[in-house]
Amino acid sequence: MSAFVAVLARDLRLGLRHGADLAMVVIFFVLAALLFPFGVGPEANLLARIAAGVVWVTALLAAMLSLDRLFHADYEDGSLDQLALSPAPLAVIVLAKATAHWLTTGLPLIAVAPALGLMLRLDPAGFAPLLLAMLVGTPCLSLFGAIGAALTLGARRGGALVALVVLPLVLPVLIFGVGAVEAEVTGLGAQPHLLVLGALLAAALPLAPLAAALALRQALESA
Amino acid sequence: MHRFANPARFLRIITAILPWSAGASAALLPLGLYFALIGSPPDYQQGDSVRIMYVHVPAAWMALAVYSVMAASGAVALVWRHPVAELVAQAAAPIGAVFTAMCLITGSLWGQPMWGTWWVWDARLTSVLVLLFLYLGYIALVNAFDDPTRGARAGAVLALVGLVNLPIIKFSVDWWNTLHQPASVARLGGPSIDPQMLLPLFTMAGGFAAFFVTVLILRVRAELLRRKLRVLRLAQAQG
Amino acid sequence: MTGGGFWTMGGYAAYVWPAYAVTTLALIALLLGALRGLRQAERELATLEGSRARRRAPSASAAGDLA
Repeated sequence: MSAFVAVLARDLRLGLRHGADLAMVVIFFVLAALLFPFGVGPEANLLARIAAGVVWVTALLAAMLSLDRLFHADYEDGSLDQLALSPAPLAVIVLAKATAHWLTTGLPLIAVAPALGLMLRLDPAGFAPLLLAMLVGTPCLSLFGAIGAALTLGARRGGALVALVVLPLVLPVLIFGVGAVEAEVTGLGAQPHLLVLGALLAAALPLAPLAAALALRQALESA
Repeated sequence: MHRFANPARFLRIITAILPWSAGASAALLPLGLYFALIGSPPDYQQGDSVRIMYVHVPAAWMALAVYSVMAASGAVALVWRHPVAELVAQAAAPIGAVFTAMCLITGSLWGQPMWGTWWVWDARLTSVLVLLFLYLGYIALVNAFDDPTRGARAGAVLALVGLVNLPIIKFSVDWWNTLHQPASVARLGGPSIDPQMLLPLFTMAGGFAAFFVTVLILRVRAELLRRKLRVLRLAQAQG
Repeated sequence: MTGGGFWTMGGYAAYVWPAYAVTTLALIALLLGALRGLRQAERELATLEGSRARRRAPSASAAGDLA
């Protein structure tokens, strides 16, 4: 537990020190989402129809963009070896790092999502389910992303590779995240979708750190 | 050098299997082709276009079967640290990707006359498309490292993670599809399949499976040699 | 075969034949790719082992290079 808190605090401190990197992810998110009106035209009905999907897809891409930060610096300077040697299980450390990643990218994305929803003319009924779904769904992105980031440590062409590996795996998050908003707007209620997202998170919370820890051990062994 | 003791025995086993699998594919594929194109009647509804099914459906089976082989070898590689197992997974992936692409292309060629469109976001097609992405991600990951062992191990983890995820992805795609089902699409494939169609279907599937085993063995042998080469070159470089 | 005959595939020739062509080509490509990879690895291994043998016997190597 103390290892979890220590790693979390350290990563948060480091993350905030490199605030420009965080800002970049958020700006990418906003920019990419706001390209869509230019691409499909400013017609309100059309934008409202695709708003939730656009926000989710661009959030997914923005999250991918931030993943190489997750372990890379620690891998390069050797502190990952130190962490792996510490008595705390590696999975707990991964969980702490994924939590820090979510706090420094997931939360900012959620914070700007309502503004994007407004500009993309999202139905007023869709805001609450969008935010709730993102609140449950973006931690899944960080957890699956941790697996991808650990797997690709030391690889050539890191950035695009992480996206290629992780995006198919997080497809369910996208489907149910968008589904929650659409269901609420069409009057069906977002609850089933949110429950599925919650189940995904509940499954990923213990399993993803284990898989990522396994991948990290391999990366450290072969280095 | 204990890593070589095991592969040597494995190499003997697969070398013994090779003539049988090659013979089986050489016999079954032409036979299947004959049943599929000449020896079976056209469907009473779909006419001769039903013949596409005899390559499309076995390709879909192979797409899934090869992924299971990959994930199973990945699991063996991780649990028992069996170096040959990760090699099998690595050699199987491109074959599986080709079968998956084959399934998508023949499905598209079947969809055009039957549905009137080359592509439908039908639940099955979409799932197979995602499966292709999983294959491509795996192949990209395995080949992204200078050290092939590291690539193969990372691939083993990814194959397992993908296997756990596959039912969830399938479930979510089905869910997504029932929400968005375009009403105009006529559904294919009734509940009953003519027994006369089973013969070409199973012959072709058997041929595909034997062919997969054959190519897999050839690829595994090549990969074993490449690893040996690498070891020799490293030894040479170190003097 | 009923109706349109073998080559016309009852009017579905434009779909059936490409499907079988794609399948056949893909299988051939897989086989040839695997065989080529195997040959290449075998050849490289042979050259490498040959050069190692030559290094152990330098005089033989010189003779071999001249021949």
